[in-house]
Amino acid sequence: MLDVLSELTESTEDTQQGKFLTFSIGKEYYGLEIKYVTEIIGLQEITEIPQMPLYIKGIINLRGKIIPVVDVRLRFKKEPRDYNERTCIIVIEIQDISIGLIVDHVAEVIVIAAENIVPPPDSKIGFHNRYVKGIGKIENEVKLLLDCDRLLNEDEIDEIAEAVG
Amino acid sequence: MTGDGLSREPMLEMYLFEGSQLVEQLEEIIIECEKNKKIELESVNEIFRIMHTIKGSSAMMMFTNIALLAHSLEDLFYFIRENKITHIDYAGLSDLVLSGIDFVKGEITKIENDKVADGAPENLISAIDHFLEEMKASHTDNYTEQSASKEEEKTMYYISNYQKASSESGRKYNVRVFFEEDCQMQSVRAYMVIHNLKDIASEIFHFPENITDSAESDEIIKDTGFLVNFCTEVSDSEVDSILKQAAFIRKLEVEQVDEYPDIGNKSTPKRKEIILDEVSEVVRSPQIEAIKEEVESQSGINNRQQSMISVTVTKLDMLMDIVGEIVISEAMVTRNPELEGLQLDGFQKAARQLRKLTDELQDIVMSIRMMPISMVFHKMNRIVRDMSKKLDKEVELEIIGETTEVDKNVIDQLSDPIMHLIRNAMDHGLESKEGRIEAGKPVKGKIVLEAQSYGGDVLITIRDDGKGMSRESILKKARETGLVKKPENELSDKDVFSFILLPGFSTKDKITEFSGRGVGMDVVKKNLEKIGGNITIESTFGVGTEILVKIPLTLAIIDGIEINVGKSRYTIPTTSIRESFRMDANDIIADSDGNEMIMIRGQCYSVIRLHKLFNITTQVTSISEGIMVMVETDTKAACLFVDKLVGEQQVVVKALPKYIKKVEGIAGCTILGDGGISLILDANGILGRE
Repeated sequence: MLDVLSELTESTEDTQQGKFLTFSIGKEYYGLEIKYVTEIIGLQEITEIPQMPLYIKGIINLRGKIIPVVDVRLRFKKEPRDYNERTCIIVIEIQDISIGLIVDHVAEVIVIAAENIVPPPDSKIGFHNRYVKGIGKIENEVKLLLDCDRLLNEDEIDEIAEAVG
Repeated sequence: MTGDGLSREPMLEMYLFEGSQLVEQLEEIIIECEKNKKIELESVNEIFRIMHTIKGSSAMMMFTNIALLAHSLEDLFYFIRENKITHIDYAGLSDLVLSGIDFVKGEITKIENDKVADGAPENLISAIDHFLEEMKASHTDNYTEQSASKEEEKTMYYISNYQKASSESGRKYNVRVFFEEDCQMQSVRAYMVIHNLKDIASEIFHFPENITDSAESDEIIKDTGFLVNFCTEVSDSEVDSILKQAAFIRKLEVEQVDEYPDIGNKSTPKRKEIILDEVSEVVRSPQIEAIKEEVESQSGINNRQQSMISVTVTKLDMLMDIVGEIVISEAMVTRNPELEGLQLDGFQKAARQLRKLTDELQDIVMSIRMMPISMVFHKMNRIVRDMSKKLDKEVELEIIGETTEVDKNVIDQLSDPIMHLIRNAMDHGLESKEGRIEAGKPVKGKIVLEAQSYGGDVLITIRDDGKGMSRESILKKARETGLVKKPENELSDKDVFSFILLPGFSTKDKITEFSGRGVGMDVVKKNLEKIGGNITIESTFGVGTEILVKIPLTLAIIDGIEINVGKSRYTIPTTSIRESFRMDANDIIADSDGNEMIMIRGQCYSVIRLHKLFNITTQVTSISEGIMVMVETDTKAACLFVDKLVGEQQVVVKALPKYIKKVEGIAGCTILGDGGISLILDANGILGRE
């Protein structure tokens, strides 16, 4: 059955091309490629796990599947904020790893044409530059497009940076 | 879906499964034969049959190199079987067969990994041929008269080679074959029986006669069975095994007769001119009776085999997952908070029934996954054999408790560590022959491999009667590598021996006098810990070494006590809890660093406040409000201070998501009846952190 599913995803990939789910953290808007997103759920009870970095809030039970949740706000080293009714968990899946991202609120799904996406500036000044793989322009607004792979796998680099800093 | 079991072609899957099973069976037989220095006719037949099957299926799957090798081994055993050879160079024979086995194993592994099975069997085949020639030569010397004709038979193996033999010289059999009732095309099955018999029988009559294309025959066979009369020179047991080669046989009635009974009115013997019209007196020697019984019991076994199916582990894992979810949802429904305070007699009754059934379902699924540990243990025979040759040590391996059942996942992980431990025992534990004589021990060393159930665990013991470990040597080495952190006189023997399990303790430069060069012992320990096991070493210098491995029966479901700390819920495996009790603040002793401890029955235990350890905010901080849970591992015990005990329950263990890196002291998590998550504590991890 899963094979069929994956075939389906492949065939629908074209229609997902260029679509981004946008969400906000503070005043900034971010975009995630829609093909990574499995679902958006409201905030639910999170089980804390000891000895985790602050941004890993814990694990949740998503219909029998246990997935970790990460507070994107803390991940980008912003001030923590209390969760409210607009706080959402975006569940993304990359390479068979599911993970929930806690964001301030989910905005909409938009299409950004490839020509409207520019690479981020070279100099890595900003603290979250590492996770931004492109900047999308839509009318007058700018969305920071996130690199999901990096978001998941760059822990070691992060840890080293923390140790040095 | 990455599970290779699901994507592969079913035919190939079957071939691989069957192939590796047959090869393992063969390995067992041949090692047994070598040990006893004789080869039973039965074993020869069995080997012959195995080789024949491997040859056939390999040829069908187009793995010609395997088929070629199997063919040459088949030839070899054909010769042994036909000539009833008893004087064989057993060591040479088993070497040959074992290297053949290794070859087939290697090829099978290649195929499993989707590579081309391209091994070259030529050298092996020529070695086998050479062996066969030698055997023939010596055989001819001894039995010149007989062998001439036998040789001839040998060369004519695939032709019906008894045609010329006079029917008078052979024994006559009257056989009635019944096939499985639901088996299709009975006449074709019957044809297969005849086909199998052709090679050994000089004359064959059967009823119904037309079995190639007749629905009518099908009916007759179904009703009265398939009657075969034939005459052959080969032995009873052989006839037996040849008859049983055909598939779907339900029952065999074999009788040895002087003359064939009249089979069916229409039957006319094809080659014999005399028409037999009188049913001869049936000779039923006790021997034949015995065979008949054997046939029946054997066909019983066949039936059982046919009612078995093989399933890929991936599917079983899926089933296990789903059953786990059902257990959880059952609790979610029947213990739903919304039902509280309602008077629901009917519902409660139904809920109880549901709970009972889910419990049963869970037990059954668990039992499907349980396999006897003999799978692992029997592999060791081969290792001991090979190593004893290489090291020139005489070793006897005794296996005890091989029927102990363990979860399939555990078995898979167990093979390597045990192999390693056996190797160590052979290599470093046991002395050389001379050494043993000097020490006044029997020349033949002994290694005992034992498994026994012990509560929720399985204890595996690997015991040798070698020279044991010397405390001094280990200490010396440990000092050199800087592993000794405590004053030496404070270290118990156990502490000292466990040094060899540490990663730094590798002394590859030379074999020292204690068992194990430390090569891989840390890996063994790590692998065992991965499946929740642990390892302890006991040894007496000069007398022997005993290595104890404790592993859990299953990884999937455990009994646990649920506890609360602040808002968090944890589950402590019941097996690691010794007791729980309330304490008064006055009972706590604190040292200058603020480490707390308590005295219980004259023993001092340290107190670990779980909320401090895991940094959880809770209201319960004074000792008298919470409760103490004493947890223990093999070597240590300590008291955990928690807010409160909630209750005992069975939980389905789930691994933490990969994204979360390993947390010391947490073994996994589980989903509770209300959908919440509880973390499972790992006593080893918590006490290890101390």
